[in-house]
Amino acid sequence: MEPQNPIIPSNTNEVGGGYIVKNLFRGLVDFDEKSKLRLVAAESIDTADNQTFKVKLKPGWKFHNGEDQTAASFVDAWNWAANAKNKQLNASWFEPIKGYDEVHPAEGDPKAEKMEGLKVTSDLEFTIELKKPVSTFKEQLFYDVFSPLPKAFYKDTKAFGEHPIGNGPYQQDGDWQHKVEFKTKKFADYKGDDKPKNGGVVFKFYNKDDAAYNDLVSDKLDIMYQVPNSMAGQYQNDLGKRAISQMFGGNTNISFPLYEAEWNKPEKVKVRQGLSMAIDRETIAKTALKGSKDAADGYTPKVVEGYQGGACGEFCKFDPAKAKELIKAGGGVPGNKVTLTYNADGANKEWADAVCNDIRQNGGVECVTDPKPTFQQARADITERRMKSAFRMAWVQDFPNIQNFISAQYRTKAGANDMEFSDKAIDELMDKADASKTIEESNKLYAEAEKKIIQEHMPSIPLFFDHTLAGYSKKVQNVKFDSFRQAIWTDVEVKK
Amino acid sequence: MGRFVARRLLQMIPVFIGTTLLIFLMVYSLPGDPIKSLFGPKAADPATVARLRHEYGLDKPLLEQYWNYISGLFQGDFGQSFTGRPVADLMSEAFPVTIRLALLAFGFEVIVGIALGVLTGMRRGKFLDQFVLVLTLIVISIPVFVIGYVTQFLLGLKWKVITPTVQDSENLGQLMIPAIVLAALSLAYVIRLTRTTVGENLRADYIRTAVAKGLPRKRVVGVHLMRNSLIPVVTFLGTDLGLLMGGAIVTEGIFNIQGVGFTLFKAIQTSEGPTVVGIVTVLVLVYLLTSLLVDLLYAVLDPRIRYA
Repeated sequence: MEPQNPIIPSNTNEVGGGYIVKNLFRGLVDFDEKSKLRLVAAESIDTADNQTFKVKLKPGWKFHNGEDQTAASFVDAWNWAANAKNKQLNASWFEPIKGYDEVHPAEGDPKAEKMEGLKVTSDLEFTIELKKPVSTFKEQLFYDVFSPLPKAFYKDTKAFGEHPIGNGPYQQDGDWQHKVEFKTKKFADYKGDDKPKNGGVVFKFYNKDDAAYNDLVSDKLDIMYQVPNSMAGQYQNDLGKRAISQMFGGNTNISFPLYEAEWNKPEKVKVRQGLSMAIDRETIAKTALKGSKDAADGYTPKVVEGYQGGACGEFCKFDPAKAKELIKAGGGVPGNKVTLTYNADGANKEWADAVCNDIRQNGGVECVTDPKPTFQQARADITERRMKSAFRMAWVQDFPNIQNFISAQYRTKAGANDMEFSDKAIDELMDKADASKTIEESNKLYAEAEKKIIQEHMPSIPLFFDHTLAGYSKKVQNVKFDSFRQAIWTDVEVKK
Repeated sequence: MGRFVARRLLQMIPVFIGTTLLIFLMVYSLPGDPIKSLFGPKAADPATVARLRHEYGLDKPLLEQYWNYISGLFQGDFGQSFTGRPVADLMSEAFPVTIRLALLAFGFEVIVGIALGVLTGMRRGKFLDQFVLVLTLIVISIPVFVIGYVTQFLLGLKWKVITPTVQDSENLGQLMIPAIVLAALSLAYVIRLTRTTVGENLRADYIRTAVAKGLPRKRVVGVHLMRNSLIPVVTFLGTDLGLLMGGAIVTEGIFNIQGVGFTLFKAIQTSEGPTVVGIVTVLVLVYLLTSLLVDLLYAVLDPRIRYA
């Protein structure tokens, strides 16, 4: 798909652009195939308290234009992206850093140009100071928005968006042919460990994934990261061993508007749990979804660091008798009817119909679906809090850690907390997790929070963990995908 | 004649203002907030949203926005899409592709359509006539996307005669099949329309007179018959050219052609006012111009029609 925005790491937030950014840029850290954190451009990132971080860069790295990568390449880029004047879509990622509120006030012009928490200490070293400890900050640093930028960027940011210059394994080759393709070639001076085993990647843009799929089958396209859902039952036949189906860091849930007084009553927890038990996830995943999703046992997908399993416990087990009992004990569904809102432009109809059907048959509750034509319309209704009943809520990881799945959606007033779920004890538990010394401890506390949310509140019903359904042509080999649905491009080999 | 053209050109101004205003209002009333949806499922940060709104002038009253847009337009500025690219750039990428496709399809319609129409019209009831009638009936009754997908499947995937999608939109050879698919439906209409009028006129008095005068058959058919028969066909073809340009979404989608139809479709989905209005305005102009051209062609075809 064509990137929506010019290629600037801090302004790219959708899949199409993300793919290109990921190949042109390398940040301080990233995740390997197994979702383990590893150092990339950084030689070390040390911290004693998860509040002050000392970053040391590997020497000798260069940008595609030959410029040296220094501590300033990072610090200046972050200060620029965080500045409210520059209107970057991803600016809020810098929010934990001390001094963010001065460069990005909620209203009015920025009072400072630089964030107080960022200090360059030498050519290759800088320190980051946060407002308060965040145990997963090192994980967060992987995100594209923390990429370094060369000095050439500040001269003409508009031109840079068309001709990005990064520090990654690939560099742009020729002009960006809008709507057609974006060509890259191997960057000879790349200093990272993952040197490309191919000459370059050409990103082709398609209007419809059906068209791309046909090209894939006839070897005109080499790698497709998401085959059309309509092909889910068939693509393994078409591609044989070249078909890939693996879980990635994304989930699908249905949520409830807790801002509606009726749904916010304490006894409605039971109703939601009852509805959850009325859904036969396993069967839906296998039949209606043809294996393109897995039944969920919590909010955090299995491939994500910190996943403990069984967060949902018995409430995600299919049990019609218990379901009816719980719904009855909770005084029934408000309005005696569940309406399930989703956006029809994504591949949601299949599961939404099946889930609603289960609720009707096994829960004994009337259920209708309410498809909105576009994602945009559905989002507008959700963010303006116009929901009266259940709605689709999905999450794709920003980084593969349990924190991202819990904190972003279930903390009081969190950005993606579309339910307006709020519980003091759980907020405190999350704060405690953020302040913990090690990532293991933080993961444990977050898992505890997840369990508590589901078993005591169930603001949203966990449904499915999503799969990458990908494929590749006969011309390439060694194609693997990570938990971001990204192919590991540098490992792909072109057959001779 | 000159006055007629001038009047028609002047009429374009109110039509132009009316359509742009209407489209502007319609896009504005689409549900959803285009700026907030730039952020995807994440919460939009209000400071950035406010600044972006200001940048695209969305914080002003609607009529002022429209005024700014129109006055920009007269200075040759089509405005900016929400992704920061000038709409003029978007259009200059999409229109050449679509124009190539539409002209190919149009040429196909004119040449094959009129030729087959005249042939069948003159041999009514014969085998060729029956055969073409059945064929066109099939084409008319099958939706375009079925024809498209079947052609793609058979020619591209099964027999591998063509690449399933268009790899290079400047390659006329690759555009051939999509153009034929795009033209198929109108082609069928053109054939039937031509066939009927040719058949009717063949029995008209003036043709009998021409034959009785001993004129050569070539002249009877080529000049007397054709000129009169083509009037309804030209009317149809004129409106069809506009339709081919804006309505090729289905074909463009199937064969992955990055033309106007899909650009427009995506812009509507994301409520990108400037892009939608810009493209539709150009399409409206194309319609107006082709209909003017059609009216002028009438005079050439039928000398009785005169313009004051």
